[in-house]
Amino acid sequence: MAASTRAQALSLYRLLMKESSKLPSYNFRTYALRRVRDAFRANQLIEDPNAVEKLLKLGKDNLDLIRRQVTIGQMYTTQKTVVEV
Amino acid sequence: MLRKTVSTTIIGSMQGFLSHRINYSISAVDVVGRELIKSRELEKDELRPLYMDFQATTPMDPRVLDAMLPYQVNYYGNPHSRTHAYGWESESAMEKARKQVADLIAADPREIVFTSGATESNNMSIKGVARFYKAKKKHVITTQTEHKCVLDSCRVLEAEGFDITYLPVKTNGLVDLQLLEETIRPETSLVSVMTVNNEIGVRQPVEEIGRICRSRNVFFHTDAAQAVGKIPINVSDWKVDLMSISGHKIYGPKGIGALYVRRRPRVRLEPLQSGGGQERGLRSGTVPTPLAVGMGAACEIAQQELEYDHRWVSMLANRLVQRIMSEIPDVVMNGDQEQRYPGCINLSFAYVEGESLLMALKDVALSSGSACTSASLEPSYVLRAIGTDEDLAHSSIRFGIGRFSTEAEVDFTAEKCIQQVKRLREMSPLWEMVQEGIDLKSIKWTQH
Repeated sequence: MAASTRAQALSLYRLLMKESSKLPSYNFRTYALRRVRDAFRANQLIEDPNAVEKLLKLGKDNLDLIRRQVTIGQMYTTQKTVVEV
Repeated sequence: MLRKTVSTTIIGSMQGFLSHRINYSISAVDVVGRELIKSRELEKDELRPLYMDFQATTPMDPRVLDAMLPYQVNYYGNPHSRTHAYGWESESAMEKARKQVADLIAADPREIVFTSGATESNNMSIKGVARFYKAKKKHVITTQTEHKCVLDSCRVLEAEGFDITYLPVKTNGLVDLQLLEETIRPETSLVSVMTVNNEIGVRQPVEEIGRICRSRNVFFHTDAAQAVGKIPINVSDWKVDLMSISGHKIYGPKGIGALYVRRRPRVRLEPLQSGGGQERGLRSGTVPTPLAVGMGAACEIAQQELEYDHRWVSMLANRLVQRIMSEIPDVVMNGDQEQRYPGCINLSFAYVEGESLLMALKDVALSSGSACTSASLEPSYVLRAIGTDEDLAHSSIRFGIGRFSTEAEVDFTAEKCIQQVKRLREMSPLWEMVQEGIDLKSIKWTQH
């Protein structure tokens, strides 16, 4: 991966993790964190610039999705689950 | 002290016959007994229980909700309106969703009919096919472990004069293929066998059943509500003619489902719902665009995540079962160990009463038997069909694991389960007798 796309991917990863940790629902939050981490791990060796661009776009779309869902989740809150405390 | 008196009285009198209503948690302090769990809503500050009932329903994936919202807010047109943009955009969303559903099961989009859920799809296929071909063919075959809606549809057909065979299953929950072959007659129009059972999680040999049905020229319907999106499905490889799909079992919205109806060779159905001829005339009524879009999104996500989710669920299921089985003895897993979907685990805890255990595990949302039969005190008919002893059938719990389950939840559940089973067994006179080496099957119980 070129240096600039590597930096892009890393910053995208950080943003995704930061945004995912804001999800109010325990189950959705843990899933998002796990899924993002595993997805980046699985794709870390991809070289082809087209594939990399596609994946980065996918990551950005998911980042926007998570941002929207964080807002919705914060509008409709409920009690914490038993394992959160 | 009460325990000792009970046990000596029982052993003392050696006549009479076995009472099937014996209560394992007999104790002066444990008055819960056989009452149903009282329903009440959570208090404001009470913590929510862990959700471990993924076979009853699944939470909507945030990605599904995100896909649905625009159609709930702005794009509210009727997909069957042909004259304006609201209709066109709604129709295009519905057709996109149809393609997403079709791709998941390797079907053609023209073969997918949107319904209100798997119950409606089951009703449509069984009643529809049977009634269409009733002139020459009046026999339908199904199994004893099917979902209530399938069994009830068959009962309705019986009242209309059809002949229904309810095939028994082997003790591992699987259909006997030899028996199926022998049961098919020239006047059989339909065979209905569910892919993955919702109570015990066994996976039927659908490829084999499809092959048998195709060779005998009989239509094959499968209720795949619990299987779609969890195991790879190919309707052509499986030689399936009709397949029921449920939205809310695959992290989609409730109130939507689909029915796959094969076009080549054509399957004819007598429609259940009459009206404006929507959905190829098979199911009239406005297709709920937001729900269809949600279901389509859920199917697309399921296709992408199938392997990942399967690995995760298998890992968690193994973790749960290993933990429980290594800590407490006399636990039976109902259903075949190999031919199953890992996320549905049905365990019977001997010498412990199911309802008492569920009440004791109040911090975990579990079920004993399926949601549609939990209102009655009768043990599940599925467990009875696989030949489970009455006492073990009453002590069964179904653990459901899904995409959003975590290791912490599984560990908590296993911990609590082990703790509560040990506690309930301490209070059980039968457990005490077993510890003393008495064989319970040799006891002749009296009736007072």
